[in-house]
Amino acid sequence: MPQNFALSCPLPLTQHKTIVMGHGSGGRLTAQLISDLFLPAFNNTILNKLDDQAVLDVGSARIAFTTDSFVVTPLFFPGGNIGELAVNGTVNDLAMSGARPLWLSCAFIMEEGFAIDELSQVVSSMAEAAKAAGVSIVTGDTKVVNRRSADKLFITTTGIGLVPEGVAISASNAKPGDVIILSGTIADHGMAVLSKREGLEFEGEIRSDTQPLHTLVEAMLTGNPGAIHTLRDPTRGGLGASLCEIAGTANIGVEIDARFIPVRSEVKGACELLGIDPIFVANEGKLVAFVEAGSADRILETMKATPQGRDAIIIGQATDNHAGLVAMKTEIGGTRIVDLPFNEQLPRIC
Amino acid sequence: MKYLDEYRDHAVAQKIVAEIRKVITRPWTLMEVCGGQTHSIVKYGLDYLLPPEVELVHGPGCPVCVTPLEMIDRAHSIARRPDVIFCSFGDMLRVPGSDGDLFQVRAMGGNVKTVYSPMECLKIAKQNPDKQVVFFAIGFETTAPANAMSIFQAKAQGLRNFSLLVSHVIVPPAISGILDSPDNRVQGFLGPGHVCAIMGWREYEPLAAAYHVPIVITGFEPVDLLEGILLTIRQLEQGRAEVENQYARCVSIEGNLAARKMVEQVFEVGDRSWRGIGVIPMSGYKLTEAYSDYDAERIFEVANIRTREPEICISGQVLQGLKKPNQCPAFGNQCTPQTPLGATMVSAEGACAAYYNYGRHMVTIEANT
Repeated sequence: MPQNFALSCPLPLTQHKTIVMGHGSGGRLTAQLISDLFLPAFNNTILNKLDDQAVLDVGSARIAFTTDSFVVTPLFFPGGNIGELAVNGTVNDLAMSGARPLWLSCAFIMEEGFAIDELSQVVSSMAEAAKAAGVSIVTGDTKVVNRRSADKLFITTTGIGLVPEGVAISASNAKPGDVIILSGTIADHGMAVLSKREGLEFEGEIRSDTQPLHTLVEAMLTGNPGAIHTLRDPTRGGLGASLCEIAGTANIGVEIDARFIPVRSEVKGACELLGIDPIFVANEGKLVAFVEAGSADRILETMKATPQGRDAIIIGQATDNHAGLVAMKTEIGGTRIVDLPFNEQLPRIC
Repeated sequence: MKYLDEYRDHAVAQKIVAEIRKVITRPWTLMEVCGGQTHSIVKYGLDYLLPPEVELVHGPGCPVCVTPLEMIDRAHSIARRPDVIFCSFGDMLRVPGSDGDLFQVRAMGGNVKTVYSPMECLKIAKQNPDKQVVFFAIGFETTAPANAMSIFQAKAQGLRNFSLLVSHVIVPPAISGILDSPDNRVQGFLGPGHVCAIMGWREYEPLAAAYHVPIVITGFEPVDLLEGILLTIRQLEQGRAEVENQYARCVSIEGNLAARKMVEQVFEVGDRSWRGIGVIPMSGYKLTEAYSDYDAERIFEVANIRTREPEICISGQVLQGLKKPNQCPAFGNQCTPQTPLGATMVSAEGACAAYYNYGRHMVTIEANT
C-alpha cells in the first residue's frame, strides 16, 4: 500500500477504537465524532450548519426542529430533575433559533427495577415544565431494558416550534463588531450535578439553573428581530465551548473579558476546590447572544427586565482579528486563549 | 471570593509588574517548580505582562507528568483485572500508557473510579469485601500525608483488601538534579508553595547556599507569582541567594508537623524513576517494610513490567527546563492533549498542555493586534 494512500470511505478511523466518555463531553472529541463520522454520512446543507436545531421551510412557514437525549446521574439534583431538564433543554434549543416552541415528543428508556414512584415524580415535573413553557407533549414512546443495560432512566425529547418572520438566527450569522451578551451566571447546573453525584458538600447549596428561555428570547426579539445574529444556550462544554463553536462556524474572532463573566461565589469555590474551569461547565438556563452593536444596550436593558435575564451583562465583542479563535482578557490583565476542551474536565490532583 | 480575589487583583498585579520593571537591569532565567504555578502563569497570561528580561522556564513539579510510563503500564495491568476496583485522582485517567489510557481501560470493562481523596477508597473497600481496592498514590510531598493516612487507617482497621500503587516523588533532589545538569540555565527558583506547606522550608536552605541560587517559596495565584518573581529578581540583582517565603499565609518554616509525622510512619525515602528524566537517587517515597502488605506492586506482581518512552517526546528536557514545549517537533501536531506522547501534555498542570490550551495561538493573536 502506498504511504500516502487516502481513505475515501466516509467512515474514517478515529484515534479511539472504542467510544470513551469524552465523546459525549461536548468538547473536541464530540466535535471530531460529528465532523468525521456523522456529517460525512448524513451530509446535507441543513445539518452542515451545525446549529442546535434545524430550521425548515415548510410551505410559507419556517419550522424549528430539534432533539436531545438526557442521561444525567443522579436523576434528582438541587434545583431540578431529569424531567424538567428534558423539557427545558429542548424548549431552549428551539428558542435559540428565535422560534416559539409548540410541541414536544418524549421517549423513555427505563431500566428493569427502576422505581415507579421516581418515574412518577419525573413525569409530573415534565408536565409542570411543559405547562410553564407553553408546550404540549403530543407523542412518545416507552421502552424497558434489562437491569444494567441502562442507568435507571434515559429520556429523549424532540421539539417543534415556529420561527417568526424576519428572524434569522444562526451561529453562521455572527459578524465582526457584534456585541456579546451573557444572560446570567455560569456553571450552576454542572456544579450542582457534580456536587450531588460525588457527594461533595459545599457551604451553601449549589442549585441547577434549569429554566426555559423562550420568553427571554421573545422579549429580546421584540423590536429588534434583525439585530440578533446568534443565540446559543451553553449547555455541555459550557460558555467556552459555545463561543469556540460560534467563532469556528462564523469564522470570526471572539474577545471576552473574564472580569465580566458572573460566577456565583459558592460555584466559584467548588470549581476552585476541584480545579475545574467554570467557563467549560454546563448551564441549563442561560444564553449567550451575538447582537448588532447599535442595538446592544437596548437589548441588554430588555433582558435585564426579565426574570431569566436579570443578571445579563456584556462580556465582549466579535472581531475580524484572529478568526476562529476565542481570546480572553484575564482578571489581572493578561490574555489567554479559550480553546475547546478535549474531554471531560478532570479534577486536578493538587 | 475572600482569600482569592485579592490575589487576582488587576491593580495590585500591575503595581508589582511595574516594580519588577524598575528593579531589573539584565535578563534572568527563573524556574517555577510546580505544575500548579505553570498553570496559573499561562492561564492568567502572566508571561505576557512581564518585561522581556524575565524568562520563566517550567519545572518538573507536575505530579502527573513525572509518573513514569512503566508505572502507568503497571496501573493499567492492575486496573484490567476483574477482581480489582482501581481508584485514582481524575487527571491520571488520561495519562497514556503503552496501550491506551485508564479511560479506555474503563471503556473495556475495567472498574476505574475517580476519587477526590484516598480516604474514599477505604469506604469503597469496606463496601466491596470481595474486591481488591487499589489507589494510585502519585504526587509530591503534598499528597503523601493523605495517602499515608489511608494506609495507616486501613492497617489500624484490619482492612486487607486495600493497597497503594506508590509512585511518590519529592522536590529537593529534583532541584539538585536540575542545578547539577551541565546545560542548566536556571538562576533562581519559585519554590513549591504547597509542598512547603507540608514540609516547611528548612531543607531548601542548604540548596540555596550550595548552589548560590535564590529560592522563593511561592503561592499559586497571579499576585503570589508576580510577587515571587519580584523577590527572586531582587535577590539576583543584589547578588543574594537566600530562601524567602512569599507564601507565608500557608507556609511556616517547620511545615505541618502532624502531616510530616504521618508520612514518616508509612513511607521511607528511596530511589525513584521520573518520566522523561530517569532514576534520581533518593528522590521519592516507598512503603516501609511494616506496610509492605499494602504494596500493590507486590500483591499483583507487576514489578516486572518495564517500558520505554517514545523517542520523539522531549518531555524530559521540558521538565528540566532545558526546552520550551513549543520547541518540540511533535508539539501541536503529533502530540496534543488528545493524543499525548508525553505526560507533560496530559495534565492541566503539565507544561505542554498549559502551552497548548492557553498559549498555542498567541503568536497569531499578537500578529493580528
